[in-house]
Amino acid sequence: MTDLSANQPRRGAPAGRTGGSLYATDARTRRRNAAEKRFRLYGMVAVAIGVAFVIALLSVILLNGTGAFQQSFVTAPVYLDPAKLDKKGARDIEDIKKVSTFGYSPLIDEALQTMLAERGIDSTFEKPKEYRALLSASAAAQVRDYVIANPGRIGETVEFRLLASSRVDGYLKGRVTRDSIARDKNISAAHLDLADAMVAAGMLRKGFNWAFITGADASESRPEQAGMGVSMLGSLFMMLVVLGLSLPIGVAASIYLEEFAPKNRFTDLIEVNISNLAAVPSIVFGILGLAVFIQFAHLPQSAPLVGGLVLTLMTLPTIIISTRAALKAVPPSIRDAALGVGASKMQSVFHHVLPLAMPGILTGTIIGLAQALGETAPLLLIGMVGYIASNYPQGIGSGFLDPNSAMPAQIYEWAKRADPAYYERAWGGIIILLLFLMTMNIIAILLRRRFERRW
Amino acid sequence: MNDMRILERSVGIKEVKISARGCQVYYGDNHAIKDVDIDIEDKTVTAFIGPSGCGKSTFLRCLNRMNDTIDIARVEGTILLDGEDIYDPKVDPVQLRAKVGMVFQKPNPFPKSIYDNIAYGPRIHGLARNKADLDEIVEKSLRRGAIWDEVKDRLDAPGTGLSGGQQQRLCIARAIATEPEVLLMDEPCSALDPIATAQVEELIDELRESYSVVIVTHSMQQAARVSQKTAFFHLGHLVEYGETGHIFTNPSDPRTESYITGRIG
Ligand SMILES: Nc1ncnc2c1ncn2[C@@H]1O[C@H](COP(=O)(O)OP(=O)(O)OP(=O)(O)O)[C@@H](O)[C@H]1O
Ligand SMILES: [Mg+2]
Repeated sequence: MTDLSANQPRRGAPAGRTGGSLYATDARTRRRNAAEKRFRLYGMVAVAIGVAFVIALLSVILLNGTGAFQQSFVTAPVYLDPAKLDKKGARDIEDIKKVSTFGYSPLIDEALQTMLAERGIDSTFEKPKEYRALLSASAAAQVRDYVIANPGRIGETVEFRLLASSRVDGYLKGRVTRDSIARDKNISAAHLDLADAMVAAGMLRKGFNWAFITGADASESRPEQAGMGVSMLGSLFMMLVVLGLSLPIGVAASIYLEEFAPKNRFTDLIEVNISNLAAVPSIVFGILGLAVFIQFAHLPQSAPLVGGLVLTLMTLPTIIISTRAALKAVPPSIRDAALGVGASKMQSVFHHVLPLAMPGILTGTIIGLAQALGETAPLLLIGMVGYIASNYPQGIGSGFLDPNSAMPAQIYEWAKRADPAYYERAWGGIIILLLFLMTMNIIAILLRRRFERRW
Repeated sequence: MNDMRILERSVGIKEVKISARGCQVYYGDNHAIKDVDIDIEDKTVTAFIGPSGCGKSTFLRCLNRMNDTIDIARVEGTILLDGEDIYDPKVDPVQLRAKVGMVFQKPNPFPKSIYDNIAYGPRIHGLARNKADLDEIVEKSLRRGAIWDEVKDRLDAPGTGLSGGQQQRLCIARAIATEPEVLLMDEPCSALDPIATAQVEELIDELRESYSVVIVTHSMQQAARVSQKTAFFHLGHLVEYGETGHIFTNPSDPRTESYITGRIG
């Protein structure tokens, strides 16, 4: 060894291992350091690309979707004319109910007309009916509902906050322009002039859109009225089914397979099958659900119960795989320790192994649930897409059994519709969906922290 | 000559606690224990010595059926505890392990508090009637495990937060808390400093009064110090078994002699 270094010319950093100064880096070390530096660079580039994608995604979503959380409203005092709403004058609720929304529309038209006149805003409209394009078709229904709830106020002038039509709303948000309405038969440039004037007079204003969060889906022609509320409930009931079934079944199956089952060909086969199930496309589970739950078991179509069952099938492999991984990660010495002091197999699993595996199990479960929450394809096949859920479920039972939609299905439905106002709602819906997923992930992290222990 | 007679007499009155006949252990195709016959006496410390990988731990684990937990392990032959076959289908290994406690080669405290580590065994076996009883058992066990002074102020701290040697003593305390009749110790002192080792050896000596203790060790001095009987294992065979004094001073098998003198191992 010493011979070798003696033979070598001592220039700067000596090659080889022997005799070199610690202050000089030899070629080998330099190469290794360069390799490490390169690898770090690749890593940083990869992370940067990932972060860039996330930022791009989030900014696009926020840019497109925040509009849905704002809605334009017209504040107008409406004279509830007894001559039109209650001709008999008896204030009999049955008589009042006989007047349909068609009976209310003229009142609103007139209200707008008089209000504009009072404020000195000119319009070129001749018939009061022409004002109607400013307001949502739901305005008449809103006033009618109010009157039916408060028949005593007939004859008075009541101030209403009425939904503006989606075109006017879009104009205020910049989605609708004078160019884009050139061929629109629902609205004319004159309406937009009027809208400008109303905004200046403070009669037309944007406000936070609670109805988008709490409301139900609306018909194709009333995007301004559509909300996510009912489909959120649909998703909620579905998730309850998924959680209630897949967590106990999945955890029990994994514990049995991992801790108790003999290791033989049969259990190997089961293991392979579970891994394969996790890779099966969700649409396959959808058609399975259609065949088994609806056509064979005759469960109601479009019901969150069926959706939940299908998603349970889909989530189970995820939960089983992650639970088994969590159980496997518990050091075997802990099991030995428990058995060594005379604990039974069951006691060793439930007192020692399971608590240690808990963070992993919970994380896996929540990831499975999040996956299920965002799943659309299987819902297509059991009819939870395209169903217009316009009513809240009556109670728990009907929540599970009545036809409903789910958040991603609702978003898909909106994105499909022609009106650009629905496109905006689809983005808004995605924001809500992402908020839900983020909340679930945060819960997963918190639970992980809470349960994590060293060993 | 005179010494030997006295020793023989004192050993002669001991009864056999564990008796193995024709014991074979296979890990899959690996024949790890080959035809071992041994009688382990009550109120005696028996040391298992032998080179690494010769099957000391494997045989020790046969005595409380810990090998049941290894799927590929297969045990043949008979092992009797107080005349009862522990591999009889009627025997519940859980009940057996309550009688035959074990300290493992690697310290493995539960990731729970020090108190719970000790209290777990007595709790599941119903050894304490109330909290005060349990407290007493915990204190007594920790004292006997020579660790009480170090942990008495932090019984709520996690057992995994102790040093390696402290963890091992905690495991010893945990094993004796359930009052087993036989205590199997797999290299209990390999992570301990000389002081703690001396304390554990003292404990072993004390346990001998009421229990049968089997200890695996790589230290000849320790085997000579604490044990009355020594078994030398080599490549899965029980090569020689007898009085410790006899094995160390006058081994009959050349393999034993070369091991003790440091030529194989
Ligand atoms: N869990 C296992 N699976 C397969 N083979 C095993 C297992 N445990 C031990 N063996 C094998 O059995 C033989 C005996 O191992 P054992 O652990 O009993 O040795 P040992 O005498 O305790 O050694 P050491 O002194 O190093 O602890 C070894 O050849 C080992 O490879
Ligand atoms: Mg060993």
